[in-house]
Amino acid sequence: MSVTVLSPGLLTTVQDAGRTGYRQFGVSVSGVMDPRAMRIANILVGNDENEAVLECTMMGPQLRFDKANVIAVTGGDLGPTLDHQPVATYAAFSVQEGQTLRFTGLRTGCRAFIAFAGGLDVPLVMGSRSTYMKARIGGLEGRKLEKGDVIGFRKPTAEILNLVQRRIAPEVTARTEYAVRVVMGPQDDMFTQAGIDTFLGETYTVTNEFDRMGCRMEGPVIEHKDGGDIISDGIAFGAIQVPTAGKPIIMLADRQTTGGYTKIANVITADFRIIGQLKAGDKVRFVKTTIEAAQDALLTERAALAALRTMAGSAYVKERKPKQPKK
Amino acid sequence: MPDVRFLLTGDTSLSAEFGNEISESTNAQIRAFTIALEKSGVPGIVELVPTYRSCMIHYDPGVISYRALTKRLEGLLGQLGSIEIPPSDVLEVPVLYGGEMGPDLAFVAEHAGISEQEVVDIHTSTEYLIYMLGFTPGFTYLGGMSDKIETPRLKQPRVKIPAGSVGIAGKQTGVYPIDSPGGWQLIGRTPVKMYDPNRETPILPKAGQYIKFRAIDQAEYDEIADLAEKGKYVCRTHPREEAAK
Repeated sequence: MSVTVLSPGLLTTVQDAGRTGYRQFGVSVSGVMDPRAMRIANILVGNDENEAVLECTMMGPQLRFDKANVIAVTGGDLGPTLDHQPVATYAAFSVQEGQTLRFTGLRTGCRAFIAFAGGLDVPLVMGSRSTYMKARIGGLEGRKLEKGDVIGFRKPTAEILNLVQRRIAPEVTARTEYAVRVVMGPQDDMFTQAGIDTFLGETYTVTNEFDRMGCRMEGPVIEHKDGGDIISDGIAFGAIQVPTAGKPIIMLADRQTTGGYTKIANVITADFRIIGQLKAGDKVRFVKTTIEAAQDALLTERAALAALRTMAGSAYVKERKPKQPKK
Repeated sequence: MPDVRFLLTGDTSLSAEFGNEISESTNAQIRAFTIALEKSGVPGIVELVPTYRSCMIHYDPGVISYRALTKRLEGLLGQLGSIEIPPSDVLEVPVLYGGEMGPDLAFVAEHAGISEQEVVDIHTSTEYLIYMLGFTPGFTYLGGMSDKIETPRLKQPRVKIPAGSVGIAGKQTGVYPIDSPGGWQLIGRTPVKMYDPNRETPILPKAGQYIKFRAIDQAEYDEIADLAEKGKYVCRTHPREEAAK
């Protein structure tokens, strides 16, 4: 067995790196909203970086462990406790059978990620465990967690090597204003120069209309040359769509694969960690960068995660048991 | 060489844009380019998503940078004329028209001023180009429906339309791949599962292919439905007769 969901929280779903390979067939990618936080959580517990985790939004779930395992909670700090004792985020820790993980309330960011050593026993659908609620596939029957759900572990472990090294400083800090780097395009040429200047010069505020599909923002109108409609084309994670009304929408994990509105720019991969943690009221300035700088930043981030894996000494948990190394 | 623009869509994908209109010739170019790119062995390609007028190319910048990739793509475009592109496949989709399965067939016929049988004859006479898939898993954007059977959407959308329903909305026709609400005029239903997440090929139609509907009767519907339920029905496909060019 596993964990039993005593309370599901606001919106808790099983997510991994997403369902790639089926975009040409209209299947949304889904996956976590903050891929870096997911990867760190998995590295800390010795999993493959892209193993499925629980993504918890604003108010976390209550999970009773019916089997011991090692877990880590990363991303926004939703106030995790274990049997009512606070536990650190961005650190692996052991949970004993019968203990309950709870979340007391949002402190930083918006979304927390819980990684379980050895992974969750959730079937792969089209190569991914990610929940895609609109098409009702992946995760637990394609839906968010509900009270009474039981989720199995695939290969749980009561303890893990180098536990004390499996800890880094929390990465999501208490802020309300962010600079988010973008590369311009694909339809930046459909905006006036004044429109581009507005987009890059003004501050935009996250509204309540913010879900896993997209994040609507409020702020000065971004001027088009001739309206915001286009013949539909593909939409990437972090695309900033600007319909004719001129207010930006950042397209996120559950976005449709294609769409018919102008996209002025795209958030760079290295800054997905920022947009995945935004919440209503947060303020964002968009900062233009080059494709070369964006790809450099992405490769630098990958190198940092590889270094973290080395530091944590992550031989996979499952490979540990047969040969106990001598110190 | 077609006049193609490479547009940035973030730092892990780009859009190769072949034009600014919905046309069969643009779509044929995109299909040829997609096939050529799949065969090319350009490293780092993750996924290709053809749409009406472009092909979105997802790639891994850890393997190939934007500059290096666009250089390779330009080279590929230059060779496009010399690459053998097979003709498109036609996917045959059996449909039981009218009755309970197609509650709006009578309305479509009345709106067109023709008989129900004539609507079916017109609807089954065309090979519809699949420009792209999107909106929901397996939903096809088809082109080529006769304007004789154009019908406006329902004024009051239905709350639940069963998967497999074949409908008309304005100039468009298509199949609902999953149960969903919608305002299309329903003229029939296919027993074939266009989308089944647990099947080896989850989605049957592919951009660049054509769909041809074939009218069937209740007995054949039941037979195909039974096979489809067991995962044993295979839609017939055949290469399109006229050359892809």
